Amino acid sequence: MHLVIVGNGITGVTCALTVRRLRPDARITLVEGESAHHYARTALMYVYMGHLRPSDIKPYEDWFWAENRLELVHATATALHTADNLLVLDNGATLAYDQLLLATGSESRRPAWPGQHLAGVQGLYGLPDLEAMARDTHGIARGVVVGGGLIGVELAEMLHSRGIEPVVLVRDGHYWASVLPPEEAHLVDLQFEENGVPVRYHTELAEILGDAHGRVRAVRTTRGEEIACQWVGIATGVAPNLTLAQTSAVETDRGILVDELLRTNVPNVYAAGDCAQFRRPAAGEVPIEQLWYTGRMQGETVAHTLCGQPTPYRRGVWFNSAKFFNLEYQTYGQAPAGPTPGLNSFYWEHLGSRAAFRVYFRAEAPHAVVGFNALGLRLRQAVCEQWIRQQAPVAAVLAGLGAANFDAEFAPQHEAAIVAAFNRQFPQQPVALARRRGLFARF
Amino acid sequence: MTFSPAAPPLPATPATEKLTLAAVAGGLLALLLALADADASRQRLWFWAALALIGSGTLAWSWLKFGTHPAGVQHDNLWRRASTSRGAVAWATGLALTGFYVVLYWFSADDGHGHFGLLDHLVHPLDGFSQALRGRPADQWFLYGTFYTLAVLLMGARALWKYRHSRYHLIRTASVMFFQLGFAFLLPGLLQFFQQPEYYFSYFWPLKYDYLFPGTVTSLLKNGGLGVFMVFWGAVMSFLATPVLTYFFGKRWYCSWVCGCGGLAETAGDPYRHLSDKSRAAWRWEVRLIYPILAIIVAITALLWVHFATGSTLLGEAGGAAAKWYGFAIGAVFSGVVGVGFYPILGSRVWCRFGCPMAAYLGLLQKHFSRFRISTNGGQCISCGNCSNVCEMGIDVKQYAQRGEPIIRAACVGCGMCSTACPRGVLNLENGPREGRYQASPLIHADSLRILD
Repeated sequence: MHLVIVGNGITGVTCALTVRRLRPDARITLVEGESAHHYARTALMYVYMGHLRPSDIKPYEDWFWAENRLELVHATATALHTADNLLVLDNGATLAYDQLLLATGSESRRPAWPGQHLAGVQGLYGLPDLEAMARDTHGIARGVVVGGGLIGVELAEMLHSRGIEPVVLVRDGHYWASVLPPEEAHLVDLQFEENGVPVRYHTELAEILGDAHGRVRAVRTTRGEEIACQWVGIATGVAPNLTLAQTSAVETDRGILVDELLRTNVPNVYAAGDCAQFRRPAAGEVPIEQLWYTGRMQGETVAHTLCGQPTPYRRGVWFNSAKFFNLEYQTYGQAPAGPTPGLNSFYWEHLGSRAAFRVYFRAEAPHAVVGFNALGLRLRQAVCEQWIRQQAPVAAVLAGLGAANFDAEFAPQHEAAIVAAFNRQFPQQPVALARRRGLFARF
Repeated sequence: MTFSPAAPPLPATPATEKLTLAAVAGGLLALLLALADADASRQRLWFWAALALIGSGTLAWSWLKFGTHPAGVQHDNLWRRASTSRGAVAWATGLALTGFYVVLYWFSADDGHGHFGLLDHLVHPLDGFSQALRGRPADQWFLYGTFYTLAVLLMGARALWKYRHSRYHLIRTASVMFFQLGFAFLLPGLLQFFQQPEYYFSYFWPLKYDYLFPGTVTSLLKNGGLGVFMVFWGAVMSFLATPVLTYFFGKRWYCSWVCGCGGLAETAGDPYRHLSDKSRAAWRWEVRLIYPILAIIVAITALLWVHFATGSTLLGEAGGAAAKWYGFAIGAVFSGVVGVGFYPILGSRVWCRFGCPMAAYLGLLQKHFSRFRISTNGGQCISCGNCSNVCEMGIDVKQYAQRGEPIIRAACVGCGMCSTACPRGVLNLENGPREGRYQASPLIHADSLRILD
């Protein structure tokens, strides 16, 4: 079997590694124009900030690919002829496949703002973006960041690290309003404040203004304010990269349409990761998932199907994590941003606003736990996932909270304070803290 | 990678920081003046002015640089500054450090009349202090011990400010500062004051290899009560306490909490920790060097004891000659000149990683008879590489984390920096049951490819 994978991101590479494990004899080729080797998109910001060198964000050393017989083609696939099982590359070569995985990822989404094509306006998705940002923020005084999500705060942190003032425009009344409840968002806001980053809430970009040389000189917001700046970062999300798929008979909508086995409408052609759109997403799940973690899981799932073990994609208990300046964030399970019928939540915040914990549970007895948010403290994923799967009652979870403590040794332990606050708020479900923290808590 | 970002300008160093750095530079200049000045009283003046300037400058700079920013990981522009990315400043620093060690080891011995070669003008200003502490005038080793301890204390203060968001680092840094000052500087001095053998209670065989040589043992035993205790202490620490403590806590109880070499690496070497080579090739060199060095010092020790037990009839002076050769090649050149001199080029743990027989011994125990591991939190790793970057022992930590596996490596000194640097809270140093210690997280399916071996 010759498997050709278009895209060497986390999805394509995870698929390649899994297929190599399941089918040691398979011929596997990875095609990618952006970079010769797989790199961690998640680490772009650390290269800009000087924490890491470009070579440090390669998850595998260069010898890894040849030793595992993974062929790398550093070229962009420009056309796909599914009738002939043929891929056309921009270097003039063609590549025949038996099976094809499209893992083409995303591109930055840009609503049609006036002035968005000025020099110094960009998103942050890949290496070319990083290069442009390094070039265009060279020696500037202020950059405007549009978008109150994860990339927005990353861009702000990046500019901040070089002594450039970031101004962040956020459409909603608080940070990442689609995901974070207001209390959690407030803690993120304190991070912005502590690092001297001005944020304009309830504010959107109206127009980007240029100078005589076609470079950005200011933005005008929907509240009429004009902010002088020399660079604009667009962080309003990404959209599936369909450039290659649209040259072929592969059916697309917002993304490349796939069934739960990640098959497209064309036999032997699969799609996974950021670029894939499920025709029928499972209840409560979105059709397009654009996370590192989901990319990895989809890559692994599709590899099984490719190797003759048809495996439907099951996301499992949701998890995600991020870091906002110095504040770490983890979430597990169902953790909605606002009040949800049938769900209660209990929120605890450390006095110094350095840590917070929220547990979501069903309103009706036995009050099964469905999700967690953690800020400034670390929770053990395996334990949280087990509680959610087993629908453990919130009282039992809080009593054994120490088992989920993943903070470093000697870190302040908050379990007692959390339980005390819970008992004040929900006296009808009294909890007695039972277990010690750490690995021994399980025994 | 084909990508190479435009070299951007570094943010300008604030004037206040420049002032403190100028104080440190002035202090170094004063040391040179002390070396050049023939007048004894002016030597003293230059010397103490130098220490005052270097000390206050370092403390003030550390506070400005780290203390005035919000607590958290502070690595901005680490790989962009010449001083921390093998630039001209780093090479100059390396050259100066290497030169100091060469002069110290081979050009500063007492000539029998109280003259200490090239370092003579720096040794004598310490005579008063040495007299008060040890009841005898200073020598080149007392000068070295003073500088070494000052480096650990001053750069320890810097580490305390830099890592103040982590109690693990606060306590661990305080520990290495305490052991260096108390156990490796003041206590040996006091022992000398009371006419006892100079003994370092925080160094053990096989790092302090001669502590279990028959020559040292017999001379200590002759000393009576305290000497007997020293032999007992040395033997118990090497053969009983080391395995027991490593079983419960891993190698870190020594390497990043107690050891003087580790103490210097964790404090003065902290700005260089990311320079360690993470490649598989470097790992192969590590294995090729460190275990043979352990074997050599064990063999030399055994040889000396056989020689001793057979009434010095067997093998002639082979053991003694080998010990001398080992002292030169490993004790002086490797641990000193290369180990510390190359900090700014190769990172802060070259000696600990490639040369130290104690680290090899502790590492074997840690790998096979310990409850210590660094746990990976399920499938949360994003392969960003921050953990590998800060690993001073050159472990490519992300190789394990991205596969959901615990990190159990002989080299790991348990400094905890990977856990601190991880932006997703994925890594945690833990002591736990030995059952299932190597088990990977079921939340991520490890590829069974042979990545590391």
